[in-house]
Amino acid sequence: MRTIFFILQKEFLQIFRNRSMLPIIFAMPVVQLLVLAFAANYEIKNLSIDVVDHDGGTWSRQLRDKLTASGYFSLYHQSANTAQAMEDLETGGADLILTIPRHFERDLVRENEVRVQLLVNAINGSKAGLAAGYASSIINDFNRRIRLDWLALDEDDAPAHFDVSYRYWYNPDMNYKYFMVPGILVVLVTMIGAFLSGMNIVKEKEMGTIEQLNVTPIRKIHFITGKLLPFWIIALFELAFGLTVGKLVFHLPVVGNIGWVFLFASVYLLVMLGLGLLISTFTDTQQQSMFITWFFLIIFVLMSGLFTPIESMPPWAQKITLFNPVAYFVKVIRMVMLKGSGWADIRYYLGVMLVFAVVLNGIAVWNYRKTV
Amino acid sequence: MNNYSIVTKDLTKRFGSFTATDAITFEVGQGEIFGFLGANGAGKTTAMRMLCGLLKPSSGEAKVAGYDIYTQTEQIKKRIGYMSQKFSLYEDLTVKENIRFYGGIYGLSNQQIKEKTHALLDRLQLEKEARQLVSSLPLGWKQKLSFSIALLHDPSIVFLDEPTGGVDPITRRQFWDLIYESADKGVTIFVTTHYMDEAEYCNRISIMVDGKIKALDTPAGLKKQFNAESMNDVFLQLARAKS
Amino acid sequence: MQQFFVFVRKECYHIFRDKRTLLILFGMPLVLIILFGFAITNEIHHAQIAVLDQSRDSYSQRLVRKMTASRYFEVNRYLSSYKEIGPAFRQGDVKLVVVIPGRFAHSFEHEKVAAVQLLTDASDPNTATTLINYANAMIIQYQQELTGEIKLPLTIRSEIQMVYNPSLKGVFLFVPGVMTLILMLVSAMMTSITITREKELGTMEILLVSPLKPVMIIAGKVVPYIVLSFIISLIILAMGTWVFAMPVKGSLLLLLLECILFGLTALSLGILISSMTNSQQTAMMISLMGLMLPTVLLSGFVFPLESMPKPLQVVANVLPAKWFNIILKDVMLKGAGLRQVWMPTAILCGMTVFFLAVSIRKFKIRLS
Repeated sequence: MRTIFFILQKEFLQIFRNRSMLPIIFAMPVVQLLVLAFAANYEIKNLSIDVVDHDGGTWSRQLRDKLTASGYFSLYHQSANTAQAMEDLETGGADLILTIPRHFERDLVRENEVRVQLLVNAINGSKAGLAAGYASSIINDFNRRIRLDWLALDEDDAPAHFDVSYRYWYNPDMNYKYFMVPGILVVLVTMIGAFLSGMNIVKEKEMGTIEQLNVTPIRKIHFITGKLLPFWIIALFELAFGLTVGKLVFHLPVVGNIGWVFLFASVYLLVMLGLGLLISTFTDTQQQSMFITWFFLIIFVLMSGLFTPIESMPPWAQKITLFNPVAYFVKVIRMVMLKGSGWADIRYYLGVMLVFAVVLNGIAVWNYRKTV
Repeated sequence: MNNYSIVTKDLTKRFGSFTATDAITFEVGQGEIFGFLGANGAGKTTAMRMLCGLLKPSSGEAKVAGYDIYTQTEQIKKRIGYMSQKFSLYEDLTVKENIRFYGGIYGLSNQQIKEKTHALLDRLQLEKEARQLVSSLPLGWKQKLSFSIALLHDPSIVFLDEPTGGVDPITRRQFWDLIYESADKGVTIFVTTHYMDEAEYCNRISIMVDGKIKALDTPAGLKKQFNAESMNDVFLQLARAKS
Repeated sequence: MQQFFVFVRKECYHIFRDKRTLLILFGMPLVLIILFGFAITNEIHHAQIAVLDQSRDSYSQRLVRKMTASRYFEVNRYLSSYKEIGPAFRQGDVKLVVVIPGRFAHSFEHEKVAAVQLLTDASDPNTATTLINYANAMIIQYQQELTGEIKLPLTIRSEIQMVYNPSLKGVFLFVPGVMTLILMLVSAMMTSITITREKELGTMEILLVSPLKPVMIIAGKVVPYIVLSFIISLIILAMGTWVFAMPVKGSLLLLLLECILFGLTALSLGILISSMTNSQQTAMMISLMGLMLPTVLLSGFVFPLESMPKPLQVVANVLPAKWFNIILKDVMLKGAGLRQVWMPTAILCGMTVFFLAVSIRKFKIRLS
């Protein structure tokens, strides 16, 4: 045990003496949180819309006003010129075009049916999907209202139908940042855990000091513990720091017991440290270790449900995420913070993490041969 | 010299089809300064790494400080010191921090570390530099510090792998004074070197060629055996015989 | 000139001998494209739902069956009371709860209206919205099945057309995105590291005393990376067109030239970084934090630029990646020619010249 203490002492001295390390530990989280939380904002509001109104009647104007009053759309151009609108779409000025045909009002009354056209710039697919969804539900709503007005009907006279109502739980204001910030914290903790720990061991190799340590009576396990523990501590500290920043800047809600987050993080970090250790066992330079870690992390993060929901992956990819530690932590931190999940809810995931930790560290330690 | 520090018998290491050390057999007595010479790639480093427990031999036997190098590497590691040709102190730690770290991992108590640090700094006259980063010291000082740290836990054997590479002659002389001082206290010194004048300082020397020990005797004995003026001649004769 | 080629050959050896790095360089675009192309879609698959059916009559059961017959939803559990909804959400997998009140069929037949309540876990607001849209569409479909197509008076039908990208695949967003990312990685990061490595090892000094001019040395180090990045952009383009049927509506020649231009911009950035620092580690950190992260975040590749706050949108203007992304999308998807993309092209050229000028100045100061 005393040996570990001496290694720890040395590691902390080295970490805090490295001038490029301090900004990484203190500045990076803040910058990352602030930039990512604002940048990774899929909250889709203020879509700009071009209305091409060939009719020009009261109803078409009402429809337009209803769209812009919804808060989702802002009017970019209004004209009767299709070519102009297409150009807006092409330059990216407008996200979608609503075309109201000539004799909209007259046909609606006479023919009982009329078509309006929505052209959506679909280069960003998810945004286009939501834009089309919002627009058509607003149009449907408008349709229902004018129908009732015109025919002077009561709701009761309508034919048999389902009355569907919605409730948005846990985040009724649909604040996207509440969703993103906990996820970003996971990325932060992951980077410290996997990147720095791996590089730290490889550095001893690169410098040749590992040779010296290998002839000392240090036990393999003491050495690894001593090398990894500092990053375990730093990463947990980062988590606390990041949560504080999130609380202060974004008024992040914490519905559940924050202790569960830390408990989960402490096991999750063992997995990440194991990954870093494993990578360090088959790389010789910090550059290689960095590249390989980066490669794995980018896959883990993209497949974690952080930016794109796991529900939107095809079944085979959903199966793969079962082996992605980042996905578990992203899920659990959101569960605890936003929904107030407790021990009964997270214990299964915690168990999975423990298995990961044991397996990864087992392989890494087995692979790490003191006698090179 | 009945009390041997190192005993090897037919010690062999093969990497695939390449035999790096080929059945070497020798003994080193307690308190002896044993020189280990050979051209680059002759197998010196491999032999040394096996004795330190860093490499498992392919065949043969060896005992270091009375312990078997197959099964008792942990005991061996407690009783040896090691200083490699690559500089092995942490450049981003201070002199004192390095001493404390190595003392700590060899299991010295805080009291011992304190005393040893004081004695060591005093002997090397490094008190003023104790709080400086190692990276700021000149190479010669680093080497002396490195050697002293290798002796910190009072090992019975010290392995030195080309300890004086790139150091000026005066510092080298001082370095050897440190070696003698330790040998007088009964520490066995096992040293590899390229400098033939250093070879003359050793009690006995072995010369390796192509993984085999081609000669082993005192410097005087070797010169007589090869009918040579200096160690340099001995070495060149052996190296030429090879090609 | 001959000395120059000798030098270029030496650089090529460096690159091609490091198999692990090379593997990652070529493997990364493949993996990224496959991941983006196949694993990240805009459709919902097997979203887990819970059902609280208080009627258990034929209508309610058929409604549930209707929802789960699609591959969009999968019933994770049946609940028996409202109290179980909270725990179901908290457990994590259930994203939508369908609540059907008692006397469902009866209400529908006799009172002409039956309530259905959809509760979603809106901790992810967008998924919640999408799930409700899907569920709603299915409920309406079921309603029409029950009532038969009734022609309502005064019906406005919205006819939705997705332009530029009818299938809604993300390909059109991520192929250009991956391209910028990888070119940044290869050209800027690798170059800065390779030059600083030479400085760190002290071999730069040796090269500088050789008869080659410093400009030639830098050029020699950079040429192999231009080639490498060009090959990689070809691979990405080829995968985009063959695997994902991504169109190249504009001129291919123009597209390739623009790729080379962006490669040059990234290289000049790499040179700039290497002129500022002497250590590989610092170069790596600056490239990673200063180039890769902004490129991913602010170029409009992963996240829509329009929904970012103004300051970030302004910052995005100084990123070469943003302009390259615009060029790629316009040329590939909209068939734009040089006439349409002259402005971003000119901006990239300007940036390249600027970065080179600054780094040459820096190098001169250092060397003298």
